[in-house]
Amino acid sequence: MTIFTFYLFDRNGTCLYYAEWNRKKQLTMSKDEEFKLMYGMLFSIKSFASRLSPTDMKEGFLNFTTSKYKLHFFETPSGLKLILNTDLSVGNMKDVLQQIFSSIYVEYVVKNPLCQLDQPITSELFKYKLDEYVKSLSAFQTSKTAS
Amino acid sequence: MTIFSIYIINKAGSLIYHYDSPTVGRPSVEKTFSYPLELVLKVFDEKVVVAFGERDGIKVGHAVLGINGIPAEGRVLADKRDILEVLATESNYPINIKFGRPHLTTNERIMLASMLHSLFAIGSQLSPEPHSSGIQSLETDTFKLHCHQTMTGVKFVIITDPKQSHVDALLKKLYEVYSDYALKNPFYSLDMPIRAELFDVNLQAVMEQADKPGLGNN
Repeated sequence: MTIFTFYLFDRNGTCLYYAEWNRKKQLTMSKDEEFKLMYGMLFSIKSFASRLSPTDMKEGFLNFTTSKYKLHFFETPSGLKLILNTDLSVGNMKDVLQQIFSSIYVEYVVKNPLCQLDQPITSELFKYKLDEYVKSLSAFQTSKTAS
Repeated sequence: MTIFSIYIINKAGSLIYHYDSPTVGRPSVEKTFSYPLELVLKVFDEKVVVAFGERDGIKVGHAVLGINGIPAEGRVLADKRDILEVLATESNYPINIKFGRPHLTTNERIMLASMLHSLFAIGSQLSPEPHSSGIQSLETDTFKLHCHQTMTGVKFVIITDPKQSHVDALLKKLYEVYSDYALKNPFYSLDMPIRAELFDVNLQAVMEQADKPGLGNN
């Protein structure tokens, strides 16, 4: 098990934060382009899923898998979008994303008077806490012992 | 096995076959209103939908499915009266309106199919690992989409209940049915919509077969 990347988007599609851990594939496009493509894809998937759904949805889109990775998606009522890319063996990460939002983003960004909410996050404390939290996850740790 | 629908998409992204399970009914809410109507309705995509005023299980985005038992066809009723005009006339009240999630039209299905086709490609492009395929399954809280792409680019898509397992076997079976009864049919031209009775019959049989061991195992 391993965790590849983390994206944080605000409601307007600005990428507030990006972090990567064991990412193997190098970028084929610029970071900015990748963020736009990612946000665009999630926006389309959300509308796609809500149209296709046979009944009314509550949480909406949760995750998708390809042959190599699994993308976990969590959106807060304020439109903040948290995305975590992991490998296929990882189960439900909704609680983890919720935790990142409530005890890292809210604590170290929203409550930090120096952070502007619509600007990319530059806070070292947030960066450090997120890194620490992700590395403490069981989904992350098993990869270290394996490799 | 709870299958909501099946889609087959050709290599160019156009829809060549779709099937909806007849057993999965879309829930609807019926309510009698008095004048004036407190819901705000608007015409969206040739349907009359709720724009504002969620109440009693009627949600924003629900469409008007019928009035006083007369079914709606797009923005008019079966008797050719315009829905918005009927609802604006005071003498028609009290009035019974049936709301529910809008049914997908064929045009919308074609659009959704090509949307999946591009999402599939973007999914593989955004992969953090090299050599990734496109989206193979997509989970939401109400359904799970399973997608299998063949070597030739044809996509088989099954939409099931989120808890449904062993869909991969059914996808393979579906591919077999497609090869046997669509591709081997001399009257079938490649990449065109599949209209063959034998295909329908065999697809039905495969789904019924999937039902039985499914019930036995679970």
